[in-house]
Amino acid sequence: MTLLAIEDLAKTYDKVTALTGINLSVEAGEFVTLLGPSGSGKTTLLMSLAGFTTPSKGTIRLDGKDITHLDPEDRDFGFVFQGYALFPHLSVANNIAFSLKVRKWEKARIDARVAEMLSLVGLDNLAGRKPRELSGGQQQRVAIARALAFGPRILLLDEPLSALDRMLRETMQKELKRLHRETGVTFVYVTHDQEEAIAMSDRIAVFNHGRIVEIGPPRDLYKKPATHFVAGFLGENNFLSGHRADDDETMVEAFGTRFSAPLQPRERPGDVLTIWVRPEHIRLGPAPGDGIGFRATVVENSFVGAVERILLRTSTGEQMVATLRSEAHSEYKPGQVVECRIDPAAIGVLPSE
Amino acid sequence: MRNFKRTALLLTLPASLVAICLYAAPILQVLALSVTEPKPGLANYQNLFANAAVGRVVVTTLKVSIMTTVLTVVASYIVAFAIIHMSAGLRRVSLFLVLVPFWISVLVRAFSWITILRRRGVLNGALMETGVISSPLDLVYNLLGVTIGMVHYMMPFAILLLYANLSDIDRRIMQAARSLGARPATIFWRVWLPLSLPGLALATLFVFVFSLGFLVTPALLGAGKTLMIAEYISVQISSTSRWDLATSLSTMLLLVVGIIVFAAMRSPALRAAFVARPQQ
Ligand SMILES: Nc1ncnc2c1ncn2[C@@H]1O[C@H](COP(=O)(O)OP(=O)(O)OP(=O)(O)O)[C@@H](O)[C@H]1O
Ligand SMILES: [Mg+2]
Repeated sequence: MTLLAIEDLAKTYDKVTALTGINLSVEAGEFVTLLGPSGSGKTTLLMSLAGFTTPSKGTIRLDGKDITHLDPEDRDFGFVFQGYALFPHLSVANNIAFSLKVRKWEKARIDARVAEMLSLVGLDNLAGRKPRELSGGQQQRVAIARALAFGPRILLLDEPLSALDRMLRETMQKELKRLHRETGVTFVYVTHDQEEAIAMSDRIAVFNHGRIVEIGPPRDLYKKPATHFVAGFLGENNFLSGHRADDDETMVEAFGTRFSAPLQPRERPGDVLTIWVRPEHIRLGPAPGDGIGFRATVVENSFVGAVERILLRTSTGEQMVATLRSEAHSEYKPGQVVECRIDPAAIGVLPSE
Repeated sequence: MRNFKRTALLLTLPASLVAICLYAAPILQVLALSVTEPKPGLANYQNLFANAAVGRVVVTTLKVSIMTTVLTVVASYIVAFAIIHMSAGLRRVSLFLVLVPFWISVLVRAFSWITILRRRGVLNGALMETGVISSPLDLVYNLLGVTIGMVHYMMPFAILLLYANLSDIDRRIMQAARSLGARPATIFWRVWLPLSLPGLALATLFVFVFSLGFLVTPALLGAGKTLMIAEYISVQISSTSRWDLATSLSTMLLLVVGIIVFAAMRSPALRAAFVARPQQ
């Protein structure tokens, strides 16, 4: 069931177009992430959903009802701000109770709800503290508990983890997923961290220059990106140039070899194409196997823990990165010529731009 | 780094010397006179407490100072609150207008108020002309006149202090309150006001202490009828040459102000005003 529908939304500031042609619908209970580089319009869309920014064009519907111009205080959306924006003069418990007092709940009911929220985010013993007496991760939990306390229709989160260090960020990602599962609340989550988006979302909407470039489950976007931008933004990728073979219209020639690839009918022989292949799909070594084979020279071999990153130069002079599980691969030395293999299914072909 | 510190310290030397010669030394002299003139001892202070005229002056000073402080802080808070909610362009214009009085001599301002407020002044004239009143109101040369003049003098200071404090408050906190369902009135009472307390405390302290020792405005707008401490002291020195009374009263004023500031600085609200807020 569609909970939230965004139709042809646009926002322009004096000269800047922050958003244009945004169409997105969010199902009840879904975890949707707005992912994109800095300045791509994610916050602008989130602020429009919350009611803090008035769109220049388009409609936002909740359960089919137009809420485009409804005041933020009437939307019943929870909002988790980047800097948390906790009330510095109120204790943790009173921060969480704020929305309930505003709604004039009875005291006993408020106390019960605050206690419930505190245990949900694991802060039972910090109820009396002031925000400045908490660590970043704890403040984050308070912000989430505060936004969830009144039972919001949707929880909007703007880069809630960006201020935390890496370890804590990973813990909080799991925590947020758990909260999403346990509360069943619909999450609309903004981040510019693609790993975070992949790890957490049911669907990702990838933003660039104020537009949604692609929407889909992380797996689909990662494995079958339809655009150069998404292929490059989500995960690491190698881009190589190729062209359609003159003598066989099902074949592509690239990095010194030729192979059959899924081509669009509109592509003609000789057309320049962009081939992408993920580093983890390049296999090295003389081991026999099917797939596309080619030769490359090792340029550099860097050890990064669980994997080894090997920078290769193909016979066409292009560079590509292969990541291999660190085991016995350390024998690859710069200058060495290696046999490489790629599973044809792992190769993507995009029309060149 | 050490070198820099030493140079910096050296640079403060001329100013420190001037301050010591022109400020600290005379104050110490006043202190000394208060226990030596006309003969050594604390007799001057005993007389101070027995003196009915001094009692009246102190009561007047407190009345005017308290009224001035309350009116100034409330009015300035409203103005500062309005300014931070203005668009950037309007805010610049408003801040400029707040600064304008600083360029006008306090004497000129006091005389302007007399012109406006006196019995045959601008305001009474206008009110009589339009038939709102039939006989002129006593707006100046009394407590009211002094208070009006002082509030006018103090407001720019208080506005700037409160403006600085209010613009430091993270506006996303207000957005958070709205997203939690709070309406403007609730946000004002539950969020803006509590977060403004440090600024309000600072402005109150500043205006009150400043008012206690204020001379020019009360002297001109009170015309000797509404007598405040500073003017009383100045009369004792320049007209009646009562150095004993003047110096002991000055010392008392200094002591009281010192105690007020010391006590106020220990309050959490004022401490918060001086602690640098972490940047987001
Ligand atoms: N109030 C404003 N006035 C003018 N331009 C604005 C305003 N707010 C945002 N913009 C512009 O709109 C565009 C989108 O901004 P937005 O904050 O939505 O980006 P974002 O995707 O959230 O970026 P980030 O990841 O850096 O937070 C930017 O080019 C920005 O400069
Ligand atoms: Mg943003």
